[in-house]
Amino acid sequence: MNLIVSTISQGFIWSIMAIGLFITFRILDFPDMTVEGSFPLGAVTAISLIQSGHSTLYSLLIAFIFGCLAGFATAFLYAKLNVPILLAGILTMTALYSINLRILGKANMSLTKSTNIFNQFGLNKLPTNFNGIILGIIVIALIIFLLIIFLNTEKGQAVIATGDNETMAASLGINTTVMKFIGLMVSNGIVALTGGLIAQQNGFADVNMGIGVIVIGLSAIIIGEVIYPDVPLSIRLITIVIGSIVYRLILMVVLQLGFNTNDLKLISAIILALCLALPTIRAQFLKTLRNGVKTK
Amino acid sequence: MKPLLEIKDAVKTIYNDDDNLNILNNINLTINPKDFLVVLGTNGAGKSTLLDAITGTNKLTSGKILLNGDDITNENLAKRSRHISRVYQDPKSGTAPRMTVAENLLLAKRRGLPRRLRLRKLKENMPEFQKLISNLPTLDNRLNTFTEKLSGGQRQTLSFLMAITQRPELLLLDEHTAALDPQTSKDLMELTNKIILEKELTCMMITHDLSDAMKYGNRLIVLKKGEIILDLDKTEKDKLTESDLLQYF
Repeated sequence: MNLIVSTISQGFIWSIMAIGLFITFRILDFPDMTVEGSFPLGAVTAISLIQSGHSTLYSLLIAFIFGCLAGFATAFLYAKLNVPILLAGILTMTALYSINLRILGKANMSLTKSTNIFNQFGLNKLPTNFNGIILGIIVIALIIFLLIIFLNTEKGQAVIATGDNETMAASLGINTTVMKFIGLMVSNGIVALTGGLIAQQNGFADVNMGIGVIVIGLSAIIIGEVIYPDVPLSIRLITIVIGSIVYRLILMVVLQLGFNTNDLKLISAIILALCLALPTIRAQFLKTLRNGVKTK
Repeated sequence: MKPLLEIKDAVKTIYNDDDNLNILNNINLTINPKDFLVVLGTNGAGKSTLLDAITGTNKLTSGKILLNGDDITNENLAKRSRHISRVYQDPKSGTAPRMTVAENLLLAKRRGLPRRLRLRKLKENMPEFQKLISNLPTLDNRLNTFTEKLSGGQRQTLSFLMAITQRPELLLLDEHTAALDPQTSKDLMELTNKIILEKELTCMMITHDLSDAMKYGNRLIVLKKGEIILDLDKTEKDKLTESDLLQYF
């Protein structure tokens, strides 16, 4: 039971990162590799600040701002210097590795201070792992609420239009360059914020903890879409949370079956590949089924 | 009458390693308010390049473009979009597929205006949008439909409505019926003509359809190899037949 609660708790916290990734991957319609650098950036920033005596909330705020700056760097390369988005993300991610090392001063750091956001504000009175669930729900609710409000503003609609049809958006006078900056900055800000939360939950930050986070985020998004296809944008944000929890539960089951934890990234990639291929497999299966019925 | 748009000595050159090619070769063109100018020409004659130059999508190599007497040659696409709207040939080019018909119309209603951090006014605009599409059987009751669910003809009709929802000073139609089936194309062309005449819009329409070129518009020009080789007013145009026009191709 405790394992399931712990898994659900992780699903909630990781879904925040997936919501950030959703902004670039689904709204702006391009893959952003920056997240593999901005996630550990948030983690090392938060842990360093807490270790130096700052409050947990302040550390998360600064992690969010640093994430926004990482997004700004990618947006500048992509939208201003015309570097292809994939390469722009990889460049920023690579640069962030050194920056993260600079911030942390070493490859990893444990949180020796007893305070972290999971045992503050009354969360320490909750049963084990329920603090992660409650905190996750609060942060998710806040982010989804703010995102829905933003996406329903004129500027938010301009961001959606830019991702949907850039030619049309530009011909309507929308500054698509600015919209890409906004999308990438907010996205990486949320991803870095999640990095800060995960680091506090785990009790340490590691400069390598960003490897594979894009797969985790995409899995949550894709699983959500497979379970709940064709839903409005605001509901899609909630389906990401469900997708993230389902993904964590799948991983838990796989590991319970006795797979080596060293194979976790391989398993994650296979789960994502299966989820991505599912619509094609389903269509092929239905086609075969229909043809079979006709033959009879 | 003060001209709406003046294109002066417009040249657009494409630089190749071996040969430089003038897509637009010293174009001089004046468009007056309420002109419904039909543009004919073979592929590669420079028709779309001319429209690109007017909207600012593609800048001229040399020459000037004046709108209401103001030099807009170096103005960007966003600034020009306040005055000029365009419908593209491809139905997919003019609409946002994952937004509803109403959301697309609302985006177009603020064409050329800054997008602020304030809530959009979708509900308040619904009656106006409903009225706009009420006489169009293809779009009626589809305000909340996602554009990706619409047919090519419906999407192109929506693109056209988006182009005129905030009255443009100059409407550019870039073969906007070319990708549609004959009946849908005819219906959209009839709608286009009706609205242009009703609202007294100034329009520049590119077409490859000679019968449309003969039937619609009060002025006709023919482009060939980047030059205007024929410029006729309504009276001169009415004296022509389709076979007369063919000799210019």
